[in-house]
Amino acid sequence: MSPAKESEVHTTQNPRPTSLDVGSSVLNVGCSGAGSHSTHGGLKDLDYSILQQCMHCGMCLPTCPTYDATKMERNSPRGRISLMRAIADGKMDATRTFGEEMYFCLGCLACETACPAGVEYGHLFEVARSEVEKSGALNNPRRNAIRSVLLKGLFTRPRLLRLVGRGLWFYQASGAQWIFRTLKLNALLPKKFRNLETQTPTARATFSCDIIRPVEAHAAPRHRVGMLTGCVQDIILSDVNRDTVDVLLANGCEVHTPKVQVCCGSLHAHNGELETASDLARRLIDSFDLENLDAIITNAAGCGSHLKTYGRLLEGDAAYSKKAAQWSVKLKDIHEFLSEIGIRQPQTTATPHRVTYHEACHLCHGQKITKQPREVLKSIPGLELVELPESTWCCGSAGIYNITQPEMAADLQERKLKNILSTGVDTVATANPGCHLQLVDGARRAGRTLEVAHPISLLAMAYRAEKVVG
Amino acid sequence: MTAKFKSLAAAQFPHIARLEEKEDLIPYSFDGTATFQTMPDLVLFPTSAEEVAGLVKNAGECGVPVVTRGSGTGLSGGSIPVEGSVVLCLSKMNRILEVDEKNLTLLAEAGAITLDVATAAEKAGLFYPPDPGSMKISTIGGNVAENSGGLRGLKYGVTKDYVMGLEVVLASGEVIFTGNKCVKDVAGYSLRDLFIGSEGTLGIVTKVLLKLIPKPATRRTLMAVFATMESAAETVSAIIAAKIIPCTLEFLDAVTINCVEDFAKVGLPRDAAAILLIETDGHPAAVAEEADRMAELARQHGATSVQVAETAEQASALATARRAAFSSLARVAPTTILEDATVPRSELAKMIRFIQETGQRHNLKIGTFGHMGDGNLHPTFLTNERNHEEMHRVELAMKEIFDFAVSLGGTITGEHGVGLAKKEFLKAATSDLNLEIMRRMKSAFDPAGILNPRKIFNA
Repeated sequence: MSPAKESEVHTTQNPRPTSLDVGSSVLNVGCSGAGSHSTHGGLKDLDYSILQQCMHCGMCLPTCPTYDATKMERNSPRGRISLMRAIADGKMDATRTFGEEMYFCLGCLACETACPAGVEYGHLFEVARSEVEKSGALNNPRRNAIRSVLLKGLFTRPRLLRLVGRGLWFYQASGAQWIFRTLKLNALLPKKFRNLETQTPTARATFSCDIIRPVEAHAAPRHRVGMLTGCVQDIILSDVNRDTVDVLLANGCEVHTPKVQVCCGSLHAHNGELETASDLARRLIDSFDLENLDAIITNAAGCGSHLKTYGRLLEGDAAYSKKAAQWSVKLKDIHEFLSEIGIRQPQTTATPHRVTYHEACHLCHGQKITKQPREVLKSIPGLELVELPESTWCCGSAGIYNITQPEMAADLQERKLKNILSTGVDTVATANPGCHLQLVDGARRAGRTLEVAHPISLLAMAYRAEKVVG
Repeated sequence: MTAKFKSLAAAQFPHIARLEEKEDLIPYSFDGTATFQTMPDLVLFPTSAEEVAGLVKNAGECGVPVVTRGSGTGLSGGSIPVEGSVVLCLSKMNRILEVDEKNLTLLAEAGAITLDVATAAEKAGLFYPPDPGSMKISTIGGNVAENSGGLRGLKYGVTKDYVMGLEVVLASGEVIFTGNKCVKDVAGYSLRDLFIGSEGTLGIVTKVLLKLIPKPATRRTLMAVFATMESAAETVSAIIAAKIIPCTLEFLDAVTINCVEDFAKVGLPRDAAAILLIETDGHPAAVAEEADRMAELARQHGATSVQVAETAEQASALATARRAAFSSLARVAPTTILEDATVPRSELAKMIRFIQETGQRHNLKIGTFGHMGDGNLHPTFLTNERNHEEMHRVELAMKEIFDFAVSLGGTITGEHGVGLAKKEFLKAATSDLNLEIMRRMKSAFDPAGILNPRKIFNA
């Protein structure tokens, strides 16, 4: 064995702000919250042992969808980590190629499940994308403009986002979308966006705040919980939020749902905007009475996975570190929470119903929640759970990946649909809005009828049937 | 030299995928071995033996070293590039070409994944027993090159026991097929056997013809916990003396047991000195009888508890501790160095004791687990490669452990190979004359020394 050639034992614990942070906080147009000081460094400031933890054994390779597609090490978790380490070691700059590679990664975290050494890839990936944004390696005017409008403008302003949602609903409900599609105005759009128009999700006429009261409870509640309504979920799947509240009520909870909630910042953290993500985290924490709640409930896998990292995200923030740590402990995915308190079995007659379950990456890999959603489904009388082949393989939605990497996303979508159709069921359950939309779109493309439902919606339906019978 | 090779290869094989940018090459500068890294000049992905042969010929003409690579999971540095080398990555040659149920053979390209080979055999109701730890991604060509082992060595042997034939590209660019589907064949030297375990230094394996066996009808798992190392070792000896050959006989030491408890919380007794995980397979009646007998022997030799699984779920639960062993150890420190000192079965207790004492003497954390049935141990060093003072102690301890293994009639590596990591210890493990004959073989097959040079030994 020959020892490594590095010159010193390097264990930086407190990342220092870099000069580039000044630039990014100037660009922080949407964030007016307090304390938008920088606490996030780049790869060189990272605790080196996190990178070193990768022993490049290769166990991640067979579980990585991008490596599976190309068989190139650069497109694998250990390959990407080796590039991050080269940057941390000062042997390479954050080049354009590096930037593209970091955005080719789905961030599905299947590698974290496979990793024998417990490498925190999700954390490395966020820091690496942040490094790419700070380096400006991928800068071009159009990309910058889109990012600025979406990440810093729209997804930091819940009321504006709802207004856009309302606009989308009007576009769809008024018949404008029908006219647009009938006249094939699609052809006028740039090629990259043509497919996107057809993928536009259907907005709901009501938001969560229209159908959920700030406090709801049945008699003698046993638990007091806070309810997160999300941003995308709020606009296009607000009924899932209603279903979640109904299920919580049916399981003895008093549910507190603040009317206006900011985006959790998952989108920002995954896309290299850690400062904005921190700001959103602070604002979201402030909208709940954390001390007096037993748990904060989320029903969206992608959000949950990120919401649980607030403790780490804000650990350098003296004013918030304690609250954020408490938040991380109290934050529960709905299935996880129900499993902990014990699901009350719906008292309905069994209607035979075959359902398969697609595991959202950020539930099974990001939060290691695999048994609980199955428990939820199996608690429904008459429901037969048919296991899905490759249930933990990414469907290609991956946040905004289907927008940034349409080809790879489409391949994964096709693979997922093929697996779902092989089970012969007509309903697939999944617990993430991104996956939900990706599966609906996949079924449309495949020309097949497929019901896509949140497991909690299926459970809520069973409780409702109970009331009708009772 | 490389420039000339690049232009030759580009002209003759324009369609072969190639990588030459820094961002693409860095991920090919290492394999699964700790602390080694060297950049290649170029990585190529040939898709047939003809292409491999053509590229090797070009490399010979230009004097460019060629390093063959599969999935890069090796643990001795065998597939790490050497200075100025071109890497031939065979990952795209991954087809399983034939399962012959009449002759019980399977033919695959060298880049086929080991698990895919095992699955293809299983689909035909057959069994490919070698199961190296990385089989989900390791390639069969890499397994042949390193003569990989696994958990079933005691009963079923290792990779070499299943290789019936090989297609090999020689350093000259010629292609041979050595071996066939005959169980018996004594026509001339068995060239096939020379390439097994040669770590890509004598030729490049491009196809592998494997022997398959019938799938065992059933299996039974048991776990025994011991308060002393000696009682565990005596149990193993008693099982073998009772003429029982279990298919796996795995062992965890006290450090490993505690790491497993820290990480996986399986419910193992923290004061235990050793745990044995034993599995027997075959005809249901024989399996039941052997399992009962082994449980009895374990109790007789001082096991503090013995659990026999009644169902597949219970078996899986019992195997959790063994499955979690390596990952539990790997989480403890930034650098994990997995070694594979091996001794005759009868010397296991002495060897394990020595490893523990050596760890204490050098103030190092070493967890040992491994294949008790075949004497193949995995002393695992939990350290930090950036701590040079500690790494120095790791090197000292490692040398002492290897020397002691050899003094017991053992060897420096049971299943990982020599590659770069064990080069300096090879002299101790074999005689000068053996080494000299290896050198003569190398120069007979590869006179210019272009195939994976400076691996195993310096020419």
